[in-house]
Amino acid sequence: MAKYIEMIRIRFLMMLAYRTNYYSGILIYSINIGAYYFLWSAIYGDKPSIQGMSVLQMTTYVAVAWMARAFYFNNIDREIAMEIKEGKVATELIRPYSYLGMKTMQGLGEGIFRLLFLSFPGMVIVSLLFPLELTTDISTWGYFAVSIILSFIINSELNLIAGIITFFTLNNEGLLRAKRFVIDLFSGLILPISFYPDWAQEMMKYFPFQGISYIPSMIFTESFQGQQIIDGLMFQLMWSLILLIPIQLLWRAAKKQLVIQGG
Amino acid sequence: MANAIEVEQLRKEFKSYSSRSGLMGAFRDLFTRNYKIIRAVNDISFTVKQGEMVGYIGENGAGKSTTIKMLTGILTPTSGKIIVNGMNPHKEREKFVQTIGVVFGQRSQLWWDIAVQESFRLLKKVYRVSDQAYKEHMEHVIETLDIGPLLDKPVRKLSLGQRMRCELAAALIHNPPLLFLDEPTIGLDVLVKLKIRKFLKEINEKYNTTILLTTHDISDIEALCERVIMLDEGKIIYDGSLQELKTNWGEGKQIQFQFAQEVIQEELNILTADLKVQWQAGERVNVWTAYVLPTDVSDVIGRVVAKYEMKDININEISTEEIIRNIYEEGAVHG
Repeated sequence: MAKYIEMIRIRFLMMLAYRTNYYSGILIYSINIGAYYFLWSAIYGDKPSIQGMSVLQMTTYVAVAWMARAFYFNNIDREIAMEIKEGKVATELIRPYSYLGMKTMQGLGEGIFRLLFLSFPGMVIVSLLFPLELTTDISTWGYFAVSIILSFIINSELNLIAGIITFFTLNNEGLLRAKRFVIDLFSGLILPISFYPDWAQEMMKYFPFQGISYIPSMIFTESFQGQQIIDGLMFQLMWSLILLIPIQLLWRAAKKQLVIQGG
Repeated sequence: MANAIEVEQLRKEFKSYSSRSGLMGAFRDLFTRNYKIIRAVNDISFTVKQGEMVGYIGENGAGKSTTIKMLTGILTPTSGKIIVNGMNPHKEREKFVQTIGVVFGQRSQLWWDIAVQESFRLLKKVYRVSDQAYKEHMEHVIETLDIGPLLDKPVRKLSLGQRMRCELAAALIHNPPLLFLDEPTIGLDVLVKLKIRKFLKEINEKYNTTILLTTHDISDIEALCERVIMLDEGKIIYDGSLQELKTNWGEGKQIQFQFAQEVIQEELNILTADLKVQWQAGERVNVWTAYVLPTDVSDVIGRVVAKYEMKDININEISTEEIIRNIYEEGAVHG
C-alpha cells in the first residue's frame, strides 16, 4: 500500500511543477460558472422555481458541479492511450505493481491537487462574484464528501475502460473525445438530470453517468432530502462495483493482445 | 549452478496489417483488411546460467527486443516455454518483476518532471527496499556512476549520458539478480560508455548478477560478454563464445596499402594469384586493402612492395564488427 500512497505524493509533486496552469484554470472555471449563472438567471426570469429548484439553488448547483468536476476529472484515459501509443506501457509493466491501480492513484493525486489549488480558491472567488447558497449543515457536507469520492471512483473507472480499449485499437482519440462529451452531458454537469424529459430520465437510471456529477451536486444544494440521499449514494456505490467487472475482463484480454509499439 | 534463464521453443507471432493502395483500396480496407502473420521470434531455445554476461545481438528487426519483452513478462509468447528466475514471467508478473532490473535505452523509466531522487524514492517504495539495504547498496551505486550531483535535478534537464546513468541506477535499486539491458549505450559518448561498462563488470563480480545485453555497439559486447547469442530473422544463428567466433571467422589480417601511383585490380590479383588474397578498393584513391591469411602476410607485403612505390602500409586484425557484418550479410554462421 505504501507504494500507492507514494505515487499520490509523486503525482502531487509533478502537478506542483506546473502549478501556474492552475491559476488560468481558476479563471476558466469562473468564466464557465459565470456564463451558466447569467444563462440560468435569464431562463428563470421571474419564476420562483423550475422543477423544484430555486434560482439560487441552481447557481449553487452549477458552481458546485464545476468545482467537484475539478476533483473527479482526470486524464488517465488519455495517459493510458498515450503510454500505449508511445510504447511506454512497457516500462510500467516491468514494475511490481498493478498498472491500473497505479493509474487510479495518479488520478487521485491529481484530484487532490486540483481540489486544493483549483476548487478551494476557485470557490472562494466565485462566491464573492455570484450569490451562492453554501449549506452550513455538517451532515450535508459529510454526504457530499462521500458522494464526490464515489464520483471520482466511477469517473476513473470509466476512464480506465476507455484507456484499456486503446490496447485493442492503438489509437482511439475519437472515442476519448466522445466519452468526455457524453460524461459532461449525461452526468448532469451542464443540465440537472431532473430537467431532462421523463423518458430520458428513465433511461439515465440504467447508466452510471448521473453518479458522477448530478448526485453530489443535488446533495450539496440540498435538493435531495432524506431517503433520496441514501438512494443516490447507493446508486453510486452500485455502479462503482459493477464497473469493476468490465475493467477486469478487458484488462485480461488486453494483456494478451498487447503489442509494444516502436521497437 | 542454477539457470537464470531457460527458454525452449519460444515463438512470437504478430498480425501485420497491410493497406491496399489507392482510394478504392482504402475504402475496401474499411471492411476487410489484409494481414500477414509475422513470426518475430521463431522457435528459439537457450539457457543462461546465473552470473553470466551474455550479448544478444542481431540486425534491426531480428527479434531481439521482442525476446527481451517476453523474458521480462511484458509480452505473452505465442508458444514455447520460458522460465526466468524459476518463474513464468507472464503468469506471475508482479512477483517476478521484483527479481529483475530492466533498462530500455530508448525510453526513460524515470518520471520526467520530478527530481531524480524522487523517482528513486518512489522506486524504493515500489520494490519494498528497506532503508538500510538502500543505503548500503545505492550509496555505492551512486558513487560509482557519479550521479550524486544530479539527484536533485528533474530528469528533463539531464543530458542523455547523465540520464542513462540514472536509469541504470534506478534499475538496480532492488539489487536484482538478473539485469536486462536493451541498447543501454545508444547515443552515448565514449567516456560514459566506459563508465557504464566498468560499472556493469563490477556489479557482475560483486553480486554475481546475470546480465543480458542487446546492443549494436560491438565494442560493448567485446568489453563485457564472453558469450554471444546472435539472432537473424527470429532464429538463433550463433550461440557460443565471442573468442570462438573470432577465431573461426576472423583468422585473417587486413593489410592496407596506399600506393604512390595508380594501380588496377587485375595487376594486384595476378601478383598474388597463388595465395588466398582478396583485394578491395579503399575509400580514397590509390588505397587498396588485402584480406590475407596470417601466414601469408610477409609474402604479400614483400611482393607488393617490390613492385610498387608505397606511401603507407597498415596491418590490422579483422575487427569483430567486420566479422559480425559478414555474418549478417550471409545470414548464417559456417565453420
